[in-house]
Amino acid sequence: MLLNQFLILAAFLFCTGVYGVLARKHAVLVLMSIELMLAGVNINLVAFGAFHNSNIGQVFALFVLTIAAAEVGIGLAIVLLIYRNLHSADLDDVDTMKG
Amino acid sequence: MFFLDKAWLIPLIPALSFVVILLFGKRMPRHGSEVGITAVGASFVLACGAAEQWIHRVQNASGGSALGALGRSIGHLGAAGGDAQVLPVTHSVTWFQNGGIRLTAGIQIDGLAVMMMFVVTIISLLVHIYSLEYMRGDRRYTHFYAILSLFTASMLLLVVADNTLQLLIGWELVGVCSFMLIGHWWEEKPNSDAALKAFLTTRTGDIGLLTGVIMTFFVVGRATGVNSFNIVELNRAASNPKVGHTLILWTAAALMLAIVGKSGQFPLHTWLPDAMAGPTPVSALIHAATMVVAGVYLGARVYPVFFNGFSIGDGGINPMAAIGGITVLIGAALAFVQDDIKKVLAYSTISQLGYMVMALGVGAWTAAVFHLFTHAFFKADLFLGAGSVSHSGSHHSFDMKKDMGGLRKFMPQTYKTFVIGTLALAGIFPLAGFWSKDEILVNAGHNDYKLFLVVGLVGAFMTAAYMTRCVWLTFHGEYRGAHGPHEDLEVEGVEHDPDDTPASMAHDAEAHAPHESNGLILAPLWILSFFAVFAGFFNFPHFSKFEEYVAPRYPTEFHDILHPVAFNAILATISVLIAATAGAIVWAYYKGKLPQRLSERNALAGAGKRFLVNKYYLDYLYEQVIVAGIKGPIASGVYWFNQNVIDNVLNYTGRGARALGRVTYDYIDQKGVDGLVNGIATLTGDSGDEVRKIETGRLQFYALMLVVGVVIFAGALWIFT
Repeated sequence: MLLNQFLILAAFLFCTGVYGVLARKHAVLVLMSIELMLAGVNINLVAFGAFHNSNIGQVFALFVLTIAAAEVGIGLAIVLLIYRNLHSADLDDVDTMKG
Repeated sequence: MFFLDKAWLIPLIPALSFVVILLFGKRMPRHGSEVGITAVGASFVLACGAAEQWIHRVQNASGGSALGALGRSIGHLGAAGGDAQVLPVTHSVTWFQNGGIRLTAGIQIDGLAVMMMFVVTIISLLVHIYSLEYMRGDRRYTHFYAILSLFTASMLLLVVADNTLQLLIGWELVGVCSFMLIGHWWEEKPNSDAALKAFLTTRTGDIGLLTGVIMTFFVVGRATGVNSFNIVELNRAASNPKVGHTLILWTAAALMLAIVGKSGQFPLHTWLPDAMAGPTPVSALIHAATMVVAGVYLGARVYPVFFNGFSIGDGGINPMAAIGGITVLIGAALAFVQDDIKKVLAYSTISQLGYMVMALGVGAWTAAVFHLFTHAFFKADLFLGAGSVSHSGSHHSFDMKKDMGGLRKFMPQTYKTFVIGTLALAGIFPLAGFWSKDEILVNAGHNDYKLFLVVGLVGAFMTAAYMTRCVWLTFHGEYRGAHGPHEDLEVEGVEHDPDDTPASMAHDAEAHAPHESNGLILAPLWILSFFAVFAGFFNFPHFSKFEEYVAPRYPTEFHDILHPVAFNAILATISVLIAATAGAIVWAYYKGKLPQRLSERNALAGAGKRFLVNKYYLDYLYEQVIVAGIKGPIASGVYWFNQNVIDNVLNYTGRGARALGRVTYDYIDQKGVDGLVNGIATLTGDSGDEVRKIETGRLQFYALMLVVGVVIFAGALWIFT
């Protein structure tokens, strides 16, 4: 019973994040949504760790946090470059790969 | 016996000279004539040697000397040389052998062959010498001598042949040479037409020769069990009862057709007068002395075939005698209405050949062959004399009425030799023709062939008559040629340079008023006249050397066949008187003592003359009726078939193929195949276009796809586990 609530919370966060990635125009908002997803995943991990009375969940969540941070740095750098070239952070304008 | 064993040299040397002249003649100083004369001269010497050795051979066999032979009577052949068989000298090589058939090439030298070789080589030699002057400056001088050599070689090949196949080869070769020589000036169409006519008419006879030769092959097989072309075997086989009479009869009939074609017998005689379109030496050699007697030679060579086939020994009319007899009369009749001197002589040749064939037909072998021998000399004499007249007397024309006359004052020697030839031909004692013609008559009378005796006498009358006419028109009376050559000198037999214009020829005429010919022409004339006078004595009754040496003395069957008859002085006197009377009548006519111009005043006579002038309408019959009648409808029919059937098959096939091609192109290729290919391409393109819409280039769209895929995957996983 204790586990389920955590998982539901994590799923809620994750889905919200997914919705944000898919539906937001602004690139930074997409990044923020990715962060939300990662947060949800973290909660999931920790919950399962606690359920199994082990530290492995928390260790893994730390890894995820680290990587999330690195990834945000790179992501923001990319968004910056996009803005410099297109003068807009709207992801709909990034369509040079359109075939 | 050297000359007899090596007799194959005699045809070989002129054959080699033919090749040499053809290859090198133009470069030689005398343009090939020296090679030709040397070669024929060599053959002549060899032939004389062969003759001499043959005489020795006969004498040795009969065990006596020449003097002893003189003393024997000639009542029957057997006594003339004892009953000794004298086999001919034969040599042969096999050139083809397969499955029971053996073909040989070889020589068979006996008296007949020796005599023929002598005649052929001497007349050829004299013609070669004569042509040095006659053909001087001719446009194809070298070629002329080459073909003369080839002709001599072919004729000798024919004469020495030991099998009928080789005889056939020689026969055909002389036919070809005759074609080439008659058409020597082929640029003028009448000459080439005449050459073709000669060749094709003799070819018709050669159908008979070919079938006859093939039949002889089987005749020998029936008798001996082994098929062969060999002449000795054939002569033996012909009397053999194992060979059915039908086969022998048809063989004789087929060979008779060959004789009819080649020796100018009725009805295939029409080519001989036209053959006068060739140069006069050619006419003398080929159409008087040598080639035309090839038929008579054939008859003499394989005589047992004819004797048994036509049952000549039984009397009564047989095809050979009948055809010969008819030929004697029609040839002589036609000679009366000719204006061209060579044509007179041509018809005379036809008539004399008729005598020879008739003689064979009545069983007078020796007489026929002896007449062949003497005729060669005096006829060649006459022809070369006519050539001399045209060459020097009538500016190359042969027309007696227009260009000759009174020439005996200008050309005395030619006149004399011509008269000697005429007297010999007419059969006046003691010239050659008298002896030979008389022997024919006497045999005809004796062997129950009385009808042919009459034919012979009538023929003798006509011969003397037309020859007297010929001599008169040419040599007596007024000279009619003073006007120079006329424009229409396209008469057959005229050989003028195509570069001559009437003006230049007129100039030549003035420069060359009739004069005697030079020595190269006169010498052969005198030599031939000599033979015309003295050759007859070779068969003088009671001495009959000719019979003794020439008549075949093998196989014994031949013995039974030949029954020459004794000389009959009464008949001889009658025939001379008949000839003399004929000559006198014609002489009187031309002197003006007899009614003139009968044919113009009397309708019947006029019609008769027209009939003769048109040569009995035989040429019309052959060319317009038979040939045109066959070739006309057949040609039209074949043409129709060609244009409408064959061409239409092709045309419609073509059209069909083209339509098929169009359909294929339009429907299958353009619409079908291209449609398929283009369709695939379009399909690919369109589907690609559709799929491409997924490539929006938008990040969030891709992310959406990703999520949807995961959801589906998770759902599937959840459902199936």
